[in-house]
Amino acid sequence: MRIYDAVIIGAGITGCAVARYLSRYQGNFLVLEREEDVCCGTSKANSAIIHAGHDAKHGSLMAKYNVEGSEMYPDLAEELDFPFRQNGSLVLAFSKEDLPRLKALYENGVKNGVKGLEIIDAKRTRELELNASDQAVCALYAPTGGIVCPFEATIALAENACANGVEFRFNTEVTGFRKLEAGWEVLTAAGKAIETKAVVNAAGVYADIFHNLVSEKKIHITPRRGDYCLLDKTTGDFVSHTIFQLPGKEGKGVLVTPTVHGNTLVGPTAIDIEDKEGTNTTAAGLDQLLQKAGAAVKNIPIREVITSFAGLRAHEDGHEFIIGEPDDAPRFFDCAGIESPGLTSAPAIGLDVADRIARTLDLPEDPSFVGKRKGFLNPNKLSIKERNDLIKKEPSYGLVICRCETITEGQIIDAIRRPIGAKSLDGVKRRVRAGMGRCQGGFCSPKVMEILSRELGVPMEEITKSGGKSQVIVGRAKDRI
Amino acid sequence: METRNLTCIRCPLGCQIEVKMEGKEVVSVTGNTCRRGDIYARKEVTNPTRIVTSSVRVSGSRTGAVMVSCKTAADIPKARVMDVVKDIKDLVIPCPVAIGDVLKQDVAGTGVDLVATRNVE
Amino acid sequence: METYNVVIIGGGPAGLAAAVSAYDAGEHSILVLERDTQLGGILNQCIHNGFGLHTFQEELTGPEYAQRFIDRLIERKIEYRLNTMVLDITREKVVTACSRADGVTRIQAKAIVLAMGCRERSRGSLNIPGFRPAGVFSAGTAQRLVNMEGYLPGRRVVILGSGDIGLIMARRMTLEGAKVLVCAEIMPYSGGLKRNIVQCLDDFGIPLKLSHTVVDIEGKDRVTGVTIARVDSHMKPIPGTEEHYDCDTLLLSVGLLPENELSRGMGVELSPVHKGPVVNESLMTNIPGVFAAGNVLHVHDLVDYVSEEAETAGRQAAAYAAGSLTDETGREIPIETGGGPRYTVPETLDPARIGDQLTIRFRVGSVMKDRRVNVYLDGDRVLSRPRRVMAPGEMEEVLLTRKMLDGHPDLKSIAIKVEEG
Repeated sequence: MRIYDAVIIGAGITGCAVARYLSRYQGNFLVLEREEDVCCGTSKANSAIIHAGHDAKHGSLMAKYNVEGSEMYPDLAEELDFPFRQNGSLVLAFSKEDLPRLKALYENGVKNGVKGLEIIDAKRTRELELNASDQAVCALYAPTGGIVCPFEATIALAENACANGVEFRFNTEVTGFRKLEAGWEVLTAAGKAIETKAVVNAAGVYADIFHNLVSEKKIHITPRRGDYCLLDKTTGDFVSHTIFQLPGKEGKGVLVTPTVHGNTLVGPTAIDIEDKEGTNTTAAGLDQLLQKAGAAVKNIPIREVITSFAGLRAHEDGHEFIIGEPDDAPRFFDCAGIESPGLTSAPAIGLDVADRIARTLDLPEDPSFVGKRKGFLNPNKLSIKERNDLIKKEPSYGLVICRCETITEGQIIDAIRRPIGAKSLDGVKRRVRAGMGRCQGGFCSPKVMEILSRELGVPMEEITKSGGKSQVIVGRAKDRI
Repeated sequence: METRNLTCIRCPLGCQIEVKMEGKEVVSVTGNTCRRGDIYARKEVTNPTRIVTSSVRVSGSRTGAVMVSCKTAADIPKARVMDVVKDIKDLVIPCPVAIGDVLKQDVAGTGVDLVATRNVE
Repeated sequence: METYNVVIIGGGPAGLAAAVSAYDAGEHSILVLERDTQLGGILNQCIHNGFGLHTFQEELTGPEYAQRFIDRLIERKIEYRLNTMVLDITREKVVTACSRADGVTRIQAKAIVLAMGCRERSRGSLNIPGFRPAGVFSAGTAQRLVNMEGYLPGRRVVILGSGDIGLIMARRMTLEGAKVLVCAEIMPYSGGLKRNIVQCLDDFGIPLKLSHTVVDIEGKDRVTGVTIARVDSHMKPIPGTEEHYDCDTLLLSVGLLPENELSRGMGVELSPVHKGPVVNESLMTNIPGVFAAGNVLHVHDLVDYVSEEAETAGRQAAAYAAGSLTDETGREIPIETGGGPRYTVPETLDPARIGDQLTIRFRVGSVMKDRRVNVYLDGDRVLSRPRRVMAPGEMEEVLLTRKMLDGHPDLKSIAIKVEEG
């Protein structure tokens, strides 16, 4: 039986980042994921922004990883070919009384090492953002704030890890651990135990459960629900910066931001819940969201909402990232309490944890490591000539399947055939955006299902929306007449 | 005396019509605002009929079609609608099929044929 | 670059009728671009009957209605391309299209008819709270799966919205072996035809709950239940009125929207009310030589009217291509609505360009009984038609004749009003 050097629990952005940076070393690495795909938990439902790093308290791990991560993103996005843009962010203050808090935020940011921070007056704020609230008296401007596609960032990290030899096992739920002399046995619902020298706990809202199975120093994670509304691409120029309100005790509050794909995103709420699977939006949550967003930005074109969703942040009681080995559980590396700025911090956490594991296990560097990954080919970005050459070679790039986002059959096939390929409608959607547009898959989902069925060699009845028991159709017409 | 309440479908007004019946005989029709409502109500309580539309499987389509749409060539008694569906459940029609082709004669013994409503090559 | 005099975007009922009428007006350089695998558009999946009563004086199914127009197109040997998606149109009327067979091609048109149809509003646009499991379909998606592909999207079904597609799907799902539990409608009236309410719901004992909406969707993988509640006069759910249904499917029939991505991209002015292009009496948009017809212009209730409207657009496009319809507008007199009609199509007219008559179509915003539709030219009532009942679900029309216009040579204002009495 193979003994792994490291088993990573969770294929969200943190787990995939750890996997990617571990793959720079020689060793056997395995990622275990309960869901059918990468990026199925917190990583798929968040604000999709890269925080500049002025919020997290100076001296905290959050601050350290945030600033490091934020600085890593531009190069990483290029190396792994995923959509990222530094659009800059604004924190708005609405009254003179808010000024000291805004100044404090500025100073905290400077101490954290955030570059280019400025406090700007109302006039300049309005110049930068036409739709900023008339009540805004000044703002903290952070030019390094960015936006990213969290799906493709996670997928890119996973694909690159996979290309460098990391194994991924999906639909595999971890149930417990047995401590070994130098390492761990990871128990799974499927039965077989997996032996490893090190474990990485990147299980999102479940990280406390795994941590508490091995350590007496208990932690507690509250799923903090955030409801979001995504607006049609027709609103693409509604705001150009990420617009925050001054943070309160429940987090950074409701923001309004463009996305890298040209939509507008409004969210999140911050509603503490018990259910670690409680990703349902509520009427109260959505009402609250739209009301709060209206305070920062005027005339939000709310009729242009194309979908609403909710994500869960893994809020640890201490509101701090928990990174590394607990004293009483050596070689069990926590990446726990990864709430905002988790997406921003993921590369920095991944790098740090991977290096720590390598040091602990004395892993040599892998000279064959290739850090570059090629993103999904988007024919819309090609010239007509390049596009025609492509279609001549691969005609499926000429057949548009998703009308709203103009996604071709070729792109969908690419999404499915890649090493960590899409297996469901949502998997395709996260990779190449078929079904992500204003009709939300109304036109294209039957066609995408056919392509999935053909490519994966499974009957239509087994095609799922998102793995598990999420089959889209239940049978044949008249089958029970 | 039996009373039947109907919604008239002849225009958007949607009159609520009350039909009083003695056995199979219509005694009175009230609530309608025009003559079309009266005719509709009498027919609907004595001999309600429907066209059934559905689609059935095809084989050997050159274009990759899997279904052909179809209908009963004429009205059938409303009570027999489900029987028609049952009767065509396992039908597989070899291509090509043209609009008007009889897919099943005397479907469910109604005396009415099932015909194709689409050309499938 | 290829050139055609008239390029028609879409091979559904509007595109087909426009192509045929442009041809019959003498224009033979016509190209129809269709993104699907066949002509006919959405009619191909509308296998129920009831189409064509106005046009053909008989009740056809959707595919039969479409075929009659396809036959006319083929008789005239009008060119069309299938599986061809239009990516972009410029103001200069250069159409960029893409297909497997031809790759990306650019076509210069003299006139363009926009006939892309409409799409369904999705769950997202309604902000229905709850989980996002499999089993939530727009009614049209379910219709395609059942009618064209022979699959069953669900076995226990709740339907939100009583538009015609929702009602039709209640019957289709029932006849395919599913159990339809309820049809909820947020408005106090149904947007569907009475005939469909009776024959698609009542026939199968499916309750229609007016002033109700979905307030929660349960199920993490697949829908396991749906909660509906009564709404107040502001369409807000009333606490305490919730009813839960165990089901595996929610079908949405909550409205249609003109599909105007291309129109917007090329700078066509869109109406905030009917969401389609603003057009004049020739069905020409603000871009000279670009016309619109059918559901891309405004959502219709009957396909017969789509065909009729598209025939006008096709004829005008042919005239424009031939140079007999110029862009130099004499006058653009706006049609005022004075409350009753929510909008009119066309929005403006130039009396000099109207032949024997002009059909003006509109919809009302609420159910109205015992009213008159009055048309005023410079304040003079030139037409007054009694209407027993008018409903938002049904399109209304008035005919403006040459004779009426000739009586007002210096016409300055036109108003269409829905009035009592």
